[in-house]
Amino acid sequence: MTRYIIRRLLQVIPVFLGTTLLVYYMVFALPGDPIAALFGDRQPPQSVIDALRNQYNLDQPFWVQYGLFLKNLFTFNLGVDFTQQPIAATLARIFPVTAMLAVEALIIQAVFGVLFGVFAGLRKGKLFDSTVLVASLVVIAVPTFVLGFVFQLVFGVQLGWARPTVGASANWGNLILPAVVLGLVSFAYVLRLTRTSVIENMNADYVRTATAKGLSRPRVVLAHILRNSMIPVVTYLGANLGGLMGGAIVTEGIFNVPGVGNKLYQAVQRGEGPTVVAIVSVLVLVFVVANLLVDLLYAWLDPRIRYE
Amino acid sequence: MRFTRTSKALGLAAIVALAATGCGGSGGSGGSGQAAGDPGKIITAYSNEPQNPLLPANTNEVYGGRVVELLFEGLRAYDPSGKPVNALAESIESPDSRNWTIKLKQGAKFTNGEAITAKTFVDSWNFAALSTNLQNNGFFFESIDGYADVSAVKESKGADGKTTSTPAPKAQTMSGLVAKDDSTITVKLTQPEADWSLRLGYSAFYPLPSEAMKDPKKFGENPVGNGPYKFAKDGAWVHDQSISLVKNPDYSGPRTAKNGGVTFKFYTDPGPAYTDLQGDNLDVTDVVPSNALKTYTTDFPDRNSTKPNANNATLNIPGYNPNFQGEAGKLRRQALSYAINREEITKVIYNGTRTPAKDFTAPLLEGYSDSVPGNDVLTFDPAKAKDLWAQAEKVKPYDGTKPLQIASNTDGGNKEWIEAVANGFKNNLGINAEIQPFAKFAEVLNLRKSQKLPGLTRAGWQGDYPSLYNFLGPVWATGASSNYEKYSNPEFDKLLKEGLAAKTPDDASAKFNKAQEILFKDLPGLPLWYRATPIVWSNNVVKAETGWNGGVLYYNIEAK
Repeated sequence: MTRYIIRRLLQVIPVFLGTTLLVYYMVFALPGDPIAALFGDRQPPQSVIDALRNQYNLDQPFWVQYGLFLKNLFTFNLGVDFTQQPIAATLARIFPVTAMLAVEALIIQAVFGVLFGVFAGLRKGKLFDSTVLVASLVVIAVPTFVLGFVFQLVFGVQLGWARPTVGASANWGNLILPAVVLGLVSFAYVLRLTRTSVIENMNADYVRTATAKGLSRPRVVLAHILRNSMIPVVTYLGANLGGLMGGAIVTEGIFNVPGVGNKLYQAVQRGEGPTVVAIVSVLVLVFVVANLLVDLLYAWLDPRIRYE
Repeated sequence: MRFTRTSKALGLAAIVALAATGCGGSGGSGGSGQAAGDPGKIITAYSNEPQNPLLPANTNEVYGGRVVELLFEGLRAYDPSGKPVNALAESIESPDSRNWTIKLKQGAKFTNGEAITAKTFVDSWNFAALSTNLQNNGFFFESIDGYADVSAVKESKGADGKTTSTPAPKAQTMSGLVAKDDSTITVKLTQPEADWSLRLGYSAFYPLPSEAMKDPKKFGENPVGNGPYKFAKDGAWVHDQSISLVKNPDYSGPRTAKNGGVTFKFYTDPGPAYTDLQGDNLDVTDVVPSNALKTYTTDFPDRNSTKPNANNATLNIPGYNPNFQGEAGKLRRQALSYAINREEITKVIYNGTRTPAKDFTAPLLEGYSDSVPGNDVLTFDPAKAKDLWAQAEKVKPYDGTKPLQIASNTDGGNKEWIEAVANGFKNNLGINAEIQPFAKFAEVLNLRKSQKLPGLTRAGWQGDYPSLYNFLGPVWATGASSNYEKYSNPEFDKLLKEGLAAKTPDDASAKFNKAQEILFKDLPGLPLWYRATPIVWSNNVVKAETGWNGGVLYYNIEAK
């Protein structure tokens, strides 16, 4: 077990180097001089521009730039972004916000997805099942940004139940609306996954045995059907957490959430290599850890699975 | 002049929205029947993260600029119509437009108690101009005697083989700038400049407390000023989220705050801000998203305003395109101009938030004229356009192997009008024209700088200070900083110089407009339209308005 975890963690190194190199190169290859772009039509004296280019190592060839970035990273010096703010402070500000949003969204999709999925699966072919199936299809078909704007307008502006945007006051309460929007699409997938899984397991031998043994219905459903149906769902949720942490650019944009997605978008726009790569580095770690946790959960859910 | 994604339109600038209350009765109190506002209430306003520490001479983009303008007060301020009025200055005089004597008002203080004297200004300006301090707006002091020495740089080859310049000042202070006594500054310019005193309301000329010069970066996080507002507390700037300002009770200048404070909330996109305003969750925005340009007047009935400001747009024609050289080129440039239907584009595409241009400067400026001789070339006249193009063909045939491209970044709602212009060229001149799209402004700028955009290029200019010269000198003078297409006409340069040396503002304007006649003959760019800034406000405030340069006059907003 311990050896398995160590081996998995060691895999982080090549993944980390590969992704940062790739992302750094992509930002490097963006056309246009990012420093000149900071100013627009009226450029400051050339010496100011050159000093900035030098500060961000933009006057160096690509490999030197990337090498210096890695060196700084391993000495825990992330440097400053184009607005002269320390990148480490930026990360410390944006990740908690996005983490809150992601956890809220994850809870919403997990709890409601599994709940609806189990009920639909148990009542296969009944009215409840069909309604839920159609409704989830609709949710999947509507793009996130449409959902975002509609929710914002209806619940934020017209009904006034929530603040239309989050802005500086990011807390659990204010993040509910974007979290619902963010979680809704995955909620539909979780629901469908759970439903299919439950239907499969309902006809399994061990369920029939449990029922024949005279176990109560709730005990059969919770201990035997549900637990065995969770493996695909947990896999999906684990992969989704990584996506939620980094991929909420659209939702964070609509609700003006000062989180990872918004910052990432801004940094890519400005061609800020160091900021983009710093954010992506953290995201790589999040992904790897989330996947590891999922794999470890398998053993708990299904004792037949062993790690070597 | 900075163009950003969020501007969704023309250039954002080093903005100078200073104004005097009461001038022309345009203040919020001018309305009748309005409930008296709560003077202690805090107003919230749309903004975005400033790009630099908040030092006046380092702030050359709009989001930092609007904060700096509220935190500081200069020798002069601009009223909403752009007229400069004295603020900290008692008098500003010059017998010859070259030697200036500035008398200061007594008793002015920063909010930390430090007195503002002549020495404060001299130190601040020397700090801004000294090249080792790397201030973005340092070049605003270039007219002062001795600037060349403090701004000197050394050129050397960088690691990538490109020339880089590093600061190497030959002096620490400008010889032409002297504090005679506590309340007198004398300034000697390198040449007479009649409009020099107009610049003194611009943020680069604001005074700085001494702590700012000791540690500019630290100061820029928690600036201390002398303006109508001050930071609500240390750390009032929460990065990527907001900046909170409160009224400065000791302020006694022309821009007294009519509210208790302004909190700038940061939005990476203007869309959510607009939604927030619909829910009264934000009080004022000056960036209406492009998809709301057609609806903002109905979304916010009686709560919107669209006032013209000093800001123009042009299509520049590079002299290095053989099609536009010589006599034939001149005729073709005129033909292109006659083939643009400015009236229709401003009405249909811009929904009236632009007005057709009548010259190379902008309205609201002193000396502006809508009837500069030669400006009939800005009217839409397809017959004349065809005729001129045919004449040009006789002189030298047009090389139409490649379509005529109009270069622009397309992220700011520029695509629609450029396509309309290109269609005008196609239909009226029979040439192939198309948009040359770029994802980002930086790409266009790079190609412009390296002379690699043979087609037309979208350009724009927003005034730093209200003066005709500011729209002509930096853009069209030989070798000027923003003259990327390298237009050069000695006659034009000479008239600009004469204008600067003129004894009275009227004489100066006459010369500048004379210089514009040359531009209309040469047409190095085609003036398109002037910008008006649409703003909307919430139910929580009485009203809001924009100043001469399109910036919101935050201090004039009254809460309900």
